[in-house]
Amino acid sequence: MKILLKLVSIVGLILTILPSIGVFYEVISQEENKYFMLVGTLLWFGPKIIFKAK
Amino acid sequence: MLLEKLSAHLEEVKEYEREPVPASRWRGFKSFLGMYAGEHTAGTEFVIGPLFVAHGAGAMDLILGLLLGNFLAVLSWAFICAPIAVRERVTLYYLLEKICGKHLTNAYNLVNALMFCFLAGSMIAVSATAIGIPFNIPLAKLTDWLPSGIPWIIIVVLVGAVTTFVATLGYDKVEKFSTIAAPWMILVFLAAAIAVLPELGVKNWGDFFQVAQDKIWTGKPLTGQSKFTFWHILFFAWFCNMAMHIGMADLSILRYAKKWTAGFASAGGMYVGHYIAWLASGILYALFLQQSNENLEFAPGPVAYSAAGITGALCVIIAGWTTANPTIYRAGLALQAIMPKAKTWKITLIVGSITTLAACFPALVMQLLDFVALYGLILMPMGAIIFIDYWLFPRIGIQSNLAAVKNLTFNVAALITWLGSLLACYLIAKTTGLEIFFLGLPGWFLAALIYIISSYVYQKKWSK
Repeated sequence: MKILLKLVSIVGLILTILPSIGVFYEVISQEENKYFMLVGTLLWFGPKIIFKAK
Repeated sequence: MLLEKLSAHLEEVKEYEREPVPASRWRGFKSFLGMYAGEHTAGTEFVIGPLFVAHGAGAMDLILGLLLGNFLAVLSWAFICAPIAVRERVTLYYLLEKICGKHLTNAYNLVNALMFCFLAGSMIAVSATAIGIPFNIPLAKLTDWLPSGIPWIIIVVLVGAVTTFVATLGYDKVEKFSTIAAPWMILVFLAAAIAVLPELGVKNWGDFFQVAQDKIWTGKPLTGQSKFTFWHILFFAWFCNMAMHIGMADLSILRYAKKWTAGFASAGGMYVGHYIAWLASGILYALFLQQSNENLEFAPGPVAYSAAGITGALCVIIAGWTTANPTIYRAGLALQAIMPKAKTWKITLIVGSITTLAACFPALVMQLLDFVALYGLILMPMGAIIFIDYWLFPRIGIQSNLAAVKNLTFNVAALITWLGSLLACYLIAKTTGLEIFFLGLPGWFLAALIYIISSYVYQKKWSK
């Protein structure tokens, strides 16, 4: 479970940074990037907060 | 009751305030690298990067000035602060007490606490610009000193009240949250800047420098702003944390280091927070200026929101809050050293109120560069006193740690040095027109010289 949560956190960080490079190379739009960043943020903080709560 | 329980818990925390840190608590280089990177990627970065743009910094001046200035800051941590920290392994306050005496250390604590209040106040104001987005409140302009209106004051008071309340509950949880948020914040800064580059005209990486010169760091200051040169940037980057390295405040942190080389770990903070984050926030602000036809409204929250959506606004709130919160707590601790019998949470409440009041005035954010420089300058002479007292006095036959040895509550030589060097800096600025960013360097040497002469005279007269 812990490994899974760690993996989710890492995916969260990747989703925070990677889509912006997609915007730069015009693969995705700025609006899509903002959604990806928000999802990335939730994935980063969610497991961390669950970890700390436990 | 709950507050008192938590307060009692805080008081029980063993921080080795009046004894050297034992070897079992020493930490390695890596833990300092992470700590510095987290601490120096904060709410202030959303203000400082844009202010460089507003002050008309040139692209090459900024890139080279920050590179060299941050390098000098790292060297200051490594060669000035860290060696004394790992030899003595005591807090700045305890070392100051041994040299300057209890009363002068209290005066230092009072000034330090006040500075912390203003710094935290600017961060509350930064967070408030993001909280205010849904309410579309009018925000202050770069040249404003007074609050923009009642809605602004209400939001600042609410943010200040929440921040203060959390600070009264202690530091542990906020510190843990800051540690979690740090890598995410760095990536949000970076991602937001990369994503807006095409809007500024960067179509491939090769275009970046040309666009940087033409549209971001153009070398032309905004209306009402002074011009920043390479030297302004270099000295600002070097001295913006002067209180911490040359001023020795980080003795309290680096005393936990296994080796003095942990001072080099400050590079983590300098090159992530004070380089990447400053450049990134400058890029975001340049786009805001382009889209708003050089509107002088200065709003880190809306700027980050327009570049990174809700994540950007969250980043501003979290960055501001995670800086303001420990700063209020530290200010409380500094004051508690003066009033040891007062309860921590009561002092934190007072500090939080002063901070919130200060946050209502946008001048604090708009003049942040000057304030940060002033903060370092005011506390710097104490660093010079410690340096000379530790390294030079034993070699030239002047008594070190005079207050501890002679049981003094007030070392007059140290007071003369503190006030005298600041007065000298003021006179230099008045007579030569030298800006505040440059005063730290001559100020340090003047403080050292005054301390040697005044200690020699004082100890000679005093020993008769």
